[in-house]
Amino acid sequence: MARTIIHAMRVEFAGRDLVSMRELSRQEIEHILNTAERTEFSGDVLKGRLMCSLFFEPSTRTRLSFETAMKRLGGEVVGFAKPGAASLSKGENLTDTIKTVSCYSDVIVLRHPREGAARLAAEVSDVPVINAGDGSNQHPTQALTDLYTIRREHGRLKVRVAMVGDLKYARTVRSLGQGLAKFGARLLLSSPPGLEMSEELCAELESMGARLEVCTSIEEAVERADVLYVTRIQKERFPDPEEYRKVQGAYRITPELLEIASSRMIVLHPLPRVDEISPEVDHTDRARYFHQVRNSIPVRMAVLSLLLGVV
Amino acid sequence: MERDIRVRKIKDGTVIDHITAGQALNVLRILNLPSSSGATVTVAMNVPSRKAGVKDIVKVEGRELRSEEVDRIALLAPEATINIVRNYRVVEKKKVAIPQMVEGVLGCANPNCITHFEPVKPRFTVESRKPIRLRCHYCERIMCEAEIAKQF
Ligand SMILES: [Zn+2]
Repeated sequence: MARTIIHAMRVEFAGRDLVSMRELSRQEIEHILNTAERTEFSGDVLKGRLMCSLFFEPSTRTRLSFETAMKRLGGEVVGFAKPGAASLSKGENLTDTIKTVSCYSDVIVLRHPREGAARLAAEVSDVPVINAGDGSNQHPTQALTDLYTIRREHGRLKVRVAMVGDLKYARTVRSLGQGLAKFGARLLLSSPPGLEMSEELCAELESMGARLEVCTSIEEAVERADVLYVTRIQKERFPDPEEYRKVQGAYRITPELLEIASSRMIVLHPLPRVDEISPEVDHTDRARYFHQVRNSIPVRMAVLSLLLGVV
Repeated sequence: MERDIRVRKIKDGTVIDHITAGQALNVLRILNLPSSSGATVTVAMNVPSRKAGVKDIVKVEGRELRSEEVDRIALLAPEATINIVRNYRVVEKKKVAIPQMVEGVLGCANPNCITHFEPVKPRFTVESRKPIRLRCHYCERIMCEAEIAKQF
């Protein structure tokens, strides 16, 4: 007699890379978040393992978070943090650097100012590569941290997320949007003129399962959202400084503005902030951006443990 | 159909027909023809065609091009057909097909893409065929039809 046996699809991460949110399934994202919840544990599961962090672009926050995660699991860390992109012009190419480093490390964390750097590194490396930001393309562990924070607060990911600010250049918007889309979230978009989400990204997010709405005002976004995701307008992403000046300071989240929000609405920001969120918001019970920083540790611990095959 | 044959028939080889008018020379460039192997190549441009008004034709004598080879021209001549000729007769006829992965023909339109700075061949996955949209395997950006056409 024929019998249908349904196997739960096995989620396997050992030896893989983490380059882009695009390639993670909903089930895989859930597996990482579940692992992160358990990892608030943890022990010395990565004792004797070496993480190499290569930061070709400064990002103290991300680098320290990864290094902390590795050390909390008993692992060791080597690496460098270059002060600026100028040093790129000198010395050996990325391909050779990665090939060299993959000879002696167990996992590579790469931050690079050029889009596609992490994909290339993953191809030439013998050990797992984690993308810690490649130009304006992807930042998957930031997106996973955001998803983790949202899930902890709301218990689910099919929520209404207002994305406010630079929706054109901010890579966290792309990565988080792709993650949320897989859970059927509704995205309320609010951006200053010229910083709208590209049609390409809108179409992709919709094809992945998100429902998109463009808000006519920031008040509308605030009023209807479960999560307010605020981004910084990054000067360095603007090809033209004049364009930057036009939108600089175009929005500011204040406690007064948040009065119209639903009682459970929370405010997230990938940090660092400039002046998009006034410091008074920090004292309200909506602020969750420092929780995000804290949450980034278990999420990165989970990613490291999964890719290194110890959980 | 009775047609004005401006280019003589070939005995053995490959005829690429229905090339988008004006693209014949780009097609030769992509196929690396005429190659050092010395095959005779005949090009006809702006040939009247019932289907498309005018078209270009390329004939390569003494060499049967593999379809993976010719598929690379599908980006600029999506209607082209490949005819393999043996002893003056067409023994095989196929339409070009846009491959799943495009490699070695195009560069990425994103100037900050890593492929412009490292010794790596740009690669693209085909997101849509009509209109043609390619996604860079590295930087994940979409290249639209206009950006592709600009490169030829
Ligand atoms: Zn590219």
